[in-house]
Amino acid sequence: MPQLNRDVRHPVSLTLNGKKVQGHAEPRMLLSDFLTHEIGITSCHVGCEHGVCGACTVLIDGNVSRACLTFAVQADGAAVDTAESLADDEGELSALQQAFKKHHGLQCGYCTPGILMSITAYLKEKPKPTEDELRDMLSGHLCRCTGYVGMVRAVLDYCENSGAGAKAE
Amino acid sequence: MKPASFDYVRAASQEEAVETLARKGEDARIIAGGMSLVPMLNFRLTEPGTLIDISKIADMNYVRAGGEKVEIGASTRQATLERWPELSAKLPLLAAAIPYIGHYQTRARGTVCGSLAHADPSSELPLCLATLGGEVVLRSTDGERVLTAEEFQTGMLSTAKRADEIVAAARYPVARPGHGYAFTEMAQRRGDFAIVALAAVASGTRLRLGVGGVADKPMVHEWDMLEGGALDDALNEFAWDLGGYDDIHATARYRRELVRRLGRRLIEEAKSCRN
Repeated sequence: MPQLNRDVRHPVSLTLNGKKVQGHAEPRMLLSDFLTHEIGITSCHVGCEHGVCGACTVLIDGNVSRACLTFAVQADGAAVDTAESLADDEGELSALQQAFKKHHGLQCGYCTPGILMSITAYLKEKPKPTEDELRDMLSGHLCRCTGYVGMVRAVLDYCENSGAGAKAE
Repeated sequence: MKPASFDYVRAASQEEAVETLARKGEDARIIAGGMSLVPMLNFRLTEPGTLIDISKIADMNYVRAGGEKVEIGASTRQATLERWPELSAKLPLLAAAIPYIGHYQTRARGTVCGSLAHADPSSELPLCLATLGGEVVLRSTDGERVLTAEEFQTGMLSTAKRADEIVAAARYPVARPGHGYAFTEMAQRRGDFAIVALAAVASGTRLRLGVGGVADKPMVHEWDMLEGGALDDALNEFAWDLGGYDDIHATARYRRELVRRLGRRLIEEAKSCRN
């Protein structure tokens, strides 16, 4: 059983958005800091750093997770997905992102990457949510700009037109 | 807000976790989901020298239904229990309570046993364990101890668990025929800490009410069947005996009123859903 000693930077490997990446982290380094400062992605935003605001939400092996409540060494070997995984290689926004844009699901955008990742995980489990269920899920995120109404409209639009509720052609 | 330095051990088995804990003693803490512990680390409210991660121990990740109890292993996520197909039939009180625990996002990581070990007086899972009369299984290199919920939680964020013991499993009693179960709570925001949380069990002849968020641990009271004014009087008595406090979120007076009003409503609900 390996022990990772404090104040030493240990190698941490992830499959980040489908690509292998490696960096180094002391045991106390949060996954949110590792992704931002060690790997260099820009979508893992830190709002409260104690698990309340949801801005740092990412997927770890497909499970929705607060990156600020996870240590990088805990995620060693895992598949991590961030909002960078949503748009395609040419930068074309995903259908969910386009729905957010269309319905004013964001304003300043700080909370948005975490919310998009929560929705991505949630709709896999529950592809046809009611509005109440959706709002309950969104209660795990703080957004100070939109009042959430645009987000709810965006997700329902996405479900109707691109997701599980879309009519077959 | 960054935690202080610590050594990190990822335990591959329960034996490894217990042995490491025996070696490191009071300087070590177990981490599973981290939904309560990591905020405390980030705030530096606690600064353990070693974190022992049990989240990857496969044989501690289970929900197992026996005849009279459902046993839940230490690395089992709250979301795993939430999605357990037999939850509403076997543990209807937990089926009602789990949606109140934090958020969808924190239940995906937080563990059942971790919530019991953290022992927050307003938490849902310790309240359900106390109300149902469940047990906590503790393990160390010396062997195993089984404590009742009442013996286990001793106060605010404190339990009878020794520093060399891990919470290995929780045992929730299976719903009994002819009993009704109900849960509710009042919080300022969806998913926030409960100002008052209540769990009720009604049989044909007895009533049992558990209250969290008022005293320094979940408190449970049981009565012979009561109706109408006699029930209101009993709830009023219980509400006063809980010894609530004023804080930034609510006054003691408001907490008593919640126990009286929500308690009444919840007991009626539990009576009406007796199967």
